This record gives sequence, C-alpha cells and structure tokens, in this order.
Amino acid sequence: MQSLGSIRRDFAPWNDQAAKPYIVFDQVTKRFGDFTAVNNLSLSIYEREFFALLGASGCGKSTLLRMLAGFEEPTSGRILLDGQDLRGIPPYRRPVNMMFQSYALFPHMSVEANIAFGLKQEGMEASKIAERVAEMLKLVKLEQFAKRKPHQLSGGQRQRVALARSVAKRPKVLLLDEPLGALDKKLREETQFELMDLQQKLGLTFVVVTHDQEEAMTMADRIAIIDKGEVMQVATPAEVYEAPGSRFVANFVGNVNMFEGTVTARDASGASIDGDSGISIRTENAGDAQAGAKIAYAVRPEKIKVSSRPPMDIDSNAAEGEVYDIAYFGDMTVYYVKLGNGLVVKAASLNSARLTDDPLTWNDRAWISFKPDSGVVLTR
Amino acid sequence: MNASLSRFNIASIVLGFAFLYLPIVLLIVFSFNESKLVTVWGGFSTKWYVAMFQNRGLMDAAWVTARVAFISATVATVLGTMAALALTRYTRFRGRLLFSGMVFAPLVMPEVITGLSLLLLFVSMGLDRGFLTVTLAHITFTMCFVAVVVQSRLVTFDRSLEEAAMDLGATPVTTFFQVTLPVILPAIISGWMLAFTLSLDDLVIASFTSGPGATTLPMKIYSQVRLGVTPEINAVCTLLIAVVTVGVIAAAIVNKRREVQRQRDEHAAQRG
Repeated sequence: MQSLGSIRRDFAPWNDQAAKPYIVFDQVTKRFGDFTAVNNLSLSIYEREFFALLGASGCGKSTLLRMLAGFEEPTSGRILLDGQDLRGIPPYRRPVNMMFQSYALFPHMSVEANIAFGLKQEGMEASKIAERVAEMLKLVKLEQFAKRKPHQLSGGQRQRVALARSVAKRPKVLLLDEPLGALDKKLREETQFELMDLQQKLGLTFVVVTHDQEEAMTMADRIAIIDKGEVMQVATPAEVYEAPGSRFVANFVGNVNMFEGTVTARDASGASIDGDSGISIRTENAGDAQAGAKIAYAVRPEKIKVSSRPPMDIDSNAAEGEVYDIAYFGDMTVYYVKLGNGLVVKAASLNSARLTDDPLTWNDRAWISFKPDSGVVLTR
Repeated sequence: MNASLSRFNIASIVLGFAFLYLPIVLLIVFSFNESKLVTVWGGFSTKWYVAMFQNRGLMDAAWVTARVAFISATVATVLGTMAALALTRYTRFRGRLLFSGMVFAPLVMPEVITGLSLLLLFVSMGLDRGFLTVTLAHITFTMCFVAVVVQSRLVTFDRSLEEAAMDLGATPVTTFFQVTLPVILPAIISGWMLAFTLSLDDLVIASFTSGPGATTLPMKIYSQVRLGVTPEINAVCTLLIAVVTVGVIAAAIVNKRREVQRQRDEHAAQRG
C-alpha cells in the first residue's frame, strides 16, 4: 500500500514504534443494565493529536468521552492518561476538560464569569484570573461580550464561550462532544478551521466526538470509526476513505460502489476478480486476499468514468449499462448506471466544463470504467 | 366563532367575579366605616386601623403569626427543596413512586385530618402545645407545596450544567451552591412565598396544634368574630388580604419571569 498523506505530513506518532500513547483505552467495557454501550474496546491516542470518534448516534462514542471525563466509570478495563489509571478519580480532579454539546454555559453568570469559573476552582489569584480570561476572550474574539449573559449571545458566540471556558484551565486533553452540532452549515465550516488553528496554537490533545464524517475528515489527524461499541478502524482520514478496512467502513464513510465477487487469480501485482454482477475486475490493491476468497471490491464513485463509448484504455475495468438516473449537483453530476444484471453503479463526474458536448441522458447506453488501482479489495 | 363578547359572556364574567370578590370588597369597604355597626355605612374613617394597632391581643397574634410563618416557611423550603432534589435526582431507588406520592399526599389531605394527626403525635410525644408545635405543624403541611414547586423546576434543569462545573474542577458541594442553587433559586423563592402565605392564613391546623400564648391571627379573628364582627376585624382582614395578595403576586411574577427567560434561552439555543 502506498503511503497516504495527511494534513500535518510530519505528524504521525502512531507510526513511530517508540512513541508512547497519551490516552489508552485498554479493553474497556461499559454496560448500562442489559445494554452494552462499549464492548471490550482498545484505543490509543497520542499527545497533541486531533482525534475524532466517528459513529452513528447510539454507537457508544459519547460514552467513551464521558468515561474519559469521569462522568461514567468503565464496567471493566482501564483508561490511562499519561500512564496514570483514571479509575476512581472524580471528574473534578481529572486534567481533562470537556466542551459540551449543549455548551452548558452557566446561565446566571456573565461570559467572563463563565470562563473564570474553572480558574477560581483552582484557587488562582484574582489578577492572574483576569489576565487569563482576557487572553481567552481575545483568543475566541469575544472581547466586547465579556459582560453579557449567555442568553444575550448568538449560537456561534455561545459555542466560542464554551470553547474558551473549556481551554481556560489549559487542560492536558480537551474533549469535544459534537462541538459544531448546533451551528448552521456556513458557521460550521468556519469554526472547523478555527478549532484546528486553536489546537495547533495551544498544542493540546483534542478528542472530538462527532456523527458528521465531513467534520471528522476535515479536522482530525486520525479517525476511529465506532459501531455498536466497537472500533471498526482507526486511521487517517485519507486512509479511512481510500483504504477502508471493511465493508462497514467503506459504506459508512462517503459513497461507494461495492462489487461482491470471488478472487480467481492472485499474483504479485494484484488479483483478478470474478464479480457476482458479471463484471471481471483486475486490481492492484488486493490486500491479503487469496485465490478463491469471497471478497468485495470497493470503488468510490468519483473514480469511475462514465462515457457513451467503450473506454480506449485496455487496462481499465469496464462494463456496459444504461443510464438509470442522473443527479446534478452543479459542481458535479452523479450518474446511476444500471449494468446488465441489475447492479446500479454510481459514477461521479466533475463538471469542469460548463456544458459537455457529449451529454448523457436517461436511458442512454453508457460505459463505466475504472483503473486497476482505483478500488480496494475488502475481505471483511 | 364570534370573538367579541356576547351579552351572555359579559353577564357570566360579571356574575363570576362578583361571586368571588364581592364579599372581599364589602369587607374592605366596611373596614373604612365610621360607624361601629358593621353593616351600616356611617362615612369614611381610618379609625379602626388605629384601633387595631392599639389592640394588644390582635397585635400579639399578628406577631406570633408572622414569626410562625417566617420560621415554618424557611424550614419547609429547606426540607422541600431537599425532597425535590432527592426525588428528581435519584430516579432509580426502590419505591421512588411511593415516596413521591407520599410527599404530595398532604396536598390533598383534608386539613382536619392533618391537624388531628399532628395533635395526636404531639400529645403522645408529650410536647406542650404552643409556638413550637404550631410551627412544626406548618412546616409539615407547607413542605410538600415547596417540593412541588421546586421539583417542577428541577425536571427541566439541564444536568450538563452540573457536569460542566465538576469538569471545571468544582467539587459536588461547590457545584450545588454555585451552579444548581442559583439556577433553581427563583423556584425556591416562590416556594418560600407560597409556604409563607399558606402558613399565614391557616386556621384549621393551627387550631389543632396551637396552645395558650401562641394564638395566631386567623385563630384570633375567628374567636373574636364569634363574639360579633367589629370593624376592627375588617381592618385586620384587609391588611391580611393585602399581605397575601402581594405575596402570591410576587411569587407568580418571579416564576413567570423565570419561565419566560427559560423559553427565550431555549428558543435562542435552538435557533443558534
């Protein structure tokens, strides 16, 4: 497998054998009555990492965060922070702070009192508190709102107060529970970059819980995909997208075409696959799949070309079908091409030209094609 | 449907309010009566108010009532708030439903029964009836009203506020006094006011549990009226009505403002 880039190219402690993980979930299980929220889960997070826990609601990701904050204790297993077992340590003695999904701003306190709250608990001197509060207000650009009460602020401003309050104590780890969930789309995009910027500036470890894959992809160094209380895959955003470890991950993150089939031949350069849908596929990314294995071949829609003529490139995998549906998004168009045996393949093409001279339309004969390195073989 | 008031509606409103307030208005008017005869108007005068303040018996009773109401309302507020906290927070203990039912039962319990049972208790404990017993009795019956008021606020209380405080390093005790208490304080205050006014105008339970030297104002008024209504009593009652009205309105305003505030916050939060 070729190496895949990340935003911070030089930052990859998880590939360094000598690096010591900062937060460790060691075979953690959490049960609520009969319901198992987290099932024998192990996970390592490194210092200064921006780590995302991604999953559908009810998958146990919030429970992980709450166990780290100390609001829940694991039923079994250990959680280590910087080598220290956190069991039995109450939330108010843990060097982590949390930004709540509802923000949980104290309604009876002004913005500055909210930010100062944690510092006061530490017994910090009043002059130092004032200094730190001013610094935090500047950081989140809310200097002129210091005396306001939370209900006098907009949603975005409240989010920033909650952020300032949670980083004011300079925690070792900042936990963020759906930090952008309550913001509208435009504000969310801006705030994503602000959060990343802040994390770099303060040099903190961020653990963020989100159900929004775009959010996780944009911000995180690594993403853990969680399902039913178990880790499905931990990898960089690019790896999760381009080299998903299982059918579940491939389906969960982004759009995908899944060709179920059998490996017919395996050699050093790749594998040949006999697709159940009648298509023969030649791939360079066969992983550890052996001849005879039942596998799925996953290709992202944007890696599939669609045209009205058979592809010129003889290396390409190709199949003929009929345009079944077209979804026009402006920046791109997704063609749904129905192959001979009924499998519908999604092919996204970027609309780099304003008008195409060869427009495909409903019920046209069309060819789909993709290169041998476009997809991956999934054995799970 | 016709939005304007029909004659029938007007008549209903006038009759309804007359039924409710005519006696009270009459009482207030006659408290300013010059004449000693209660039902004959003899011109405007405030002399009965002066006479009232000079009446030792009435003033003593008023003072007892004020002290009983203040102490019982305060203690009942502490106990009622604790009960409300326990019942909303520890939702999983065995028999919670029974307990919450038991806290609210005195709301509908006939006062005669509450009074009689308390009397039996005090007698069997050998407590002399007086200031202490009437105060205890008032704590008992007003506590559940406080619990109801505070509990209704706690149901909508966002627990993540407390978690946030603890997350920021506040111990559970600090969290309670710096976050929980200030947020639910308006409900506690309106609970206190309710308890205060309930204690102020209670006659039945006080009659059972009070003793010599601890006659409350309603008891005093009742006993005097049995000898014949004097304009002086009208004056006392008018003042009592004023105090209770102010108390009830204040409690309602505090609650209402809090509710409006909360809705605005929630609305803003959803929008934001």
